[in-house]
Amino acid sequence: MLQFILRRLGVSVLVLLLASVMVYFLTTISGDPLAGLREQANDPKIATQMNARIQNLDLNTPWFIRYLKWLGGAAACVYGQCNLGVDITGNQVLDSLGAAASSTLRLVLISVIAAAIIGIFVGVVTAIRQYSDMDYLVTFVAFVLFSLPSFWAAVLLKEYAGINYNNWIANPQFTVPQIVVSALVIGVLAQLCMGGGLKRRLLTFVIAAAAVGIALPYFTWLRFWQFPQMGPAVVAIVCLAVAVFATHVTVGIKTKQVLYPSLAMAALVLVVYYAGWGMLSEPNWWILAAGLVLAFAVPWIVGHFVGGRYKTQAIGAGIAVTVVGGFLTIVDHLFVTWPSFVAMKPRPISTIGSNTPNFNGTFWQTFLDNGTQLLLPTVLLTVISVASYSRYTRAAMIDVQSQDYIRTARSKGLPERTVVLRHAFRNAMIPIVTIVAMDFAALIGGAVITEQVFGWKGMGALFQTGLKNVDPNPIMAFVLVTGGIAVLFNLLADVIYALVDPRIRV
Amino acid sequence: MTDKNSSQNLASIAEVEDAKLAGSDAAPLSQGKLVFKRFMRHKPAMISSVILIVVILVAITSIGIGGIPGWWPIDYKKTSISVDGGAPSAEHWFGQDDLGRDYFGLVMSGTQASLIIAFLVGITGTVLGTLLGALAGYFRGWVDAVIMRIADIFFVVPLLLIAAIIAKGASGFINSPWFLGIMLGVVSWAGLARLVRAQVLSLREREYVDAARAMGASSWRIILKHLIPNAIGTVLVNATLAIAAAVLLETALSFLGFGVRPPNSSLGLLISDYQNSFTTRPWLFWWPGLMILIVALSVNFIGDGLRDAFDPRQGGRIKRRNLIAAGLMGPSAVDVPSAADRAAAGAADPVERTGSASLLEAVEVQDAVEESKQQPDGDSSPPGGRHASGADPDTDPESGPDNEGQRS
Repeated sequence: MLQFILRRLGVSVLVLLLASVMVYFLTTISGDPLAGLREQANDPKIATQMNARIQNLDLNTPWFIRYLKWLGGAAACVYGQCNLGVDITGNQVLDSLGAAASSTLRLVLISVIAAAIIGIFVGVVTAIRQYSDMDYLVTFVAFVLFSLPSFWAAVLLKEYAGINYNNWIANPQFTVPQIVVSALVIGVLAQLCMGGGLKRRLLTFVIAAAAVGIALPYFTWLRFWQFPQMGPAVVAIVCLAVAVFATHVTVGIKTKQVLYPSLAMAALVLVVYYAGWGMLSEPNWWILAAGLVLAFAVPWIVGHFVGGRYKTQAIGAGIAVTVVGGFLTIVDHLFVTWPSFVAMKPRPISTIGSNTPNFNGTFWQTFLDNGTQLLLPTVLLTVISVASYSRYTRAAMIDVQSQDYIRTARSKGLPERTVVLRHAFRNAMIPIVTIVAMDFAALIGGAVITEQVFGWKGMGALFQTGLKNVDPNPIMAFVLVTGGIAVLFNLLADVIYALVDPRIRV
Repeated sequence: MTDKNSSQNLASIAEVEDAKLAGSDAAPLSQGKLVFKRFMRHKPAMISSVILIVVILVAITSIGIGGIPGWWPIDYKKTSISVDGGAPSAEHWFGQDDLGRDYFGLVMSGTQASLIIAFLVGITGTVLGTLLGALAGYFRGWVDAVIMRIADIFFVVPLLLIAAIIAKGASGFINSPWFLGIMLGVVSWAGLARLVRAQVLSLREREYVDAARAMGASSWRIILKHLIPNAIGTVLVNATLAIAAAVLLETALSFLGFGVRPPNSSLGLLISDYQNSFTTRPWLFWWPGLMILIVALSVNFIGDGLRDAFDPRQGGRIKRRNLIAAGLMGPSAVDVPSAADRAAAGAADPVERTGSASLLEAVEVQDAVEESKQQPDGDSSPPGGRHASGADPDTDPESGPDNEGQRS
């Protein structure tokens, strides 16, 4: 295994070197960095500017010498002496790279995780219900999303999800036509998703439409949009539902070794919800990180000892409960903070920038501020990736479902959930792991457009100004980050591959 | 069961098939005709083809091309007074921009440029990808290593990035959509090359390639006459998807300011110019975006239809029953043992008959597995190329196709 990893790493480094040479060369010949200054070269002020620029870009040496110098500086990163050169204005690239990379990676990481969860879920469901109305609907939506120019969609999102929401939140009211239309639309979508005969479809339609038609005015009457609230009751109900559901889909509700630990986890979430309320009202990142670790560790320990022969399932179901419960607890804290946050920031959903300048608030207020700034670009990147992940998952699932071992599993009488989850899904995940891992670096490329539209000072801006000025060093920093991530994630995918698929043992 | 027996049974099945074909009245269909018929059955693809043809025709004939005047009466380069704030009217279908220029003409010229670039990228990328992939797969060894390492570059660095650098250099050098299209095509061949290579790696082990080689065919002849035509399904499908991806790539680059430059126009450039007038003159923003969406969507659907047409096994939209009804597919010979079958099978007892049937099935399954390995984006995987590297789970240069080629 180690030898295999080392060999892969060696090839990857070679490819990275090739890529860096190519990008450096192409950037240097892509234009004239002095073009803007040449026309007024006689002006002494401009002449000094020009000299400074020549100095910064080191234009008097040939490009390959400059490349080697850059390479030397970048190679020193291995032992912590990074020197990525200076940009056209003489600033260290490394300084600007840190902030840029952190904001872009945050954006891309959240999008990839969200998109992978949603996309895989949608893909599995559409594969199970192949050629149903829902499948056709999802297929069509996915095709539209592929064909959607992201910069155009971003402007639409800014307009409708951002500005219109901000106008609306000042005085949240629904008109009667709005309620009727949304009830009808959701009713139609619900019956498409549920399928079945005419009677069942009608019933689904009526129930869904009525639910929406009642919920919207009711929530408005509650003043939910200004003062959102959830409370322990909702947390408890959702956690119980997750516990029952997770048990049901993994081993069936009658399996006590899984049901009891999951229910215990739901009770634990409620205890933490009450006991930790004070601490979580003014938390810091350490407390949240500790909570995350506990959300995995506690169910693991409990499941390990109680689960018996269903150890793995007990652990999985327990983790599902604690993670959902923890998430809901955080959401409830955010709900409580929301009114004070809106008072500080009357137009909550931002369309520009990655954080509000001069925003000073409590932990949750700052969290909400970052979150509302992140919201629109994340939604955009997520939606586009969901389209491709769901299609890949669907294709992989359908491919797997026609395999012999699935037929064997069905014919020996295993319940459908076991066939789908343990025999089909696990095997279908093998190609998906690779795709998601490889997509990460490509998404950073896609984030260039998103960042430009939403005015983020991220890696996209670094690259764009770099290329506009014919300034190779910032671009090389971009390549270094995406290339490093591509290599890293490819390696990670190989390792996961070997873990998921026992046939691949190198 | 011995090899001899099984091959006899296979032969008998083939004879049954032959007899059945000879007995039927319908003229045999060529591969191309079969594919075409299946494609015609794919409704979304057919509708999309019509829409795409209409868009192309309107874009070319309305404002003319290369100095030939079109039927649209208003010169879109001329500024004039905007009527009614430039809102769309009977005279100006798409309205007017802030300088009073006719927006229909502007959008059509942008569509022309975007279409030209997209098709050039598709054609250049496909030719390069097919050739390089076939060379790598056929010669293997160091040729393969060099070509595939270069292709890996496009996996390490996002395509958008390389394309932006190339586009900036190209449009600064010669400001023409034709040149830009070819230059972008030069960098977008890696995905297809991987797919073609994987397919050629398995095709080159087939008997007909051995036969051609034994008769003294040169490597070039084998690649051009035997290997590439057999990989044409992969190539065509991916060429279509590459065109769809190229529409989005070009418009994105122009939007960022690295693609088409004024005085030329492009749909991305129009959106970039007018994105701030969304609240005042929304039509300036809507039309170019909708044009991109329509073109990319219809090309994607055409690609989907082509994929189903070339690979009916995975394309489930056309039900097998319908195909049989249409006479495109006979019920399998194994299911309906005819008199000829019995005669040919002769002394073969039922056990061996089943043996041969399951052998046939095994061969088919193996084929399917091989194909799904070569062409990982089967029935319903997304149109490739949105992200530089997303399209191809089989990119791992060390495992998979390499070993497979050596094994078989």
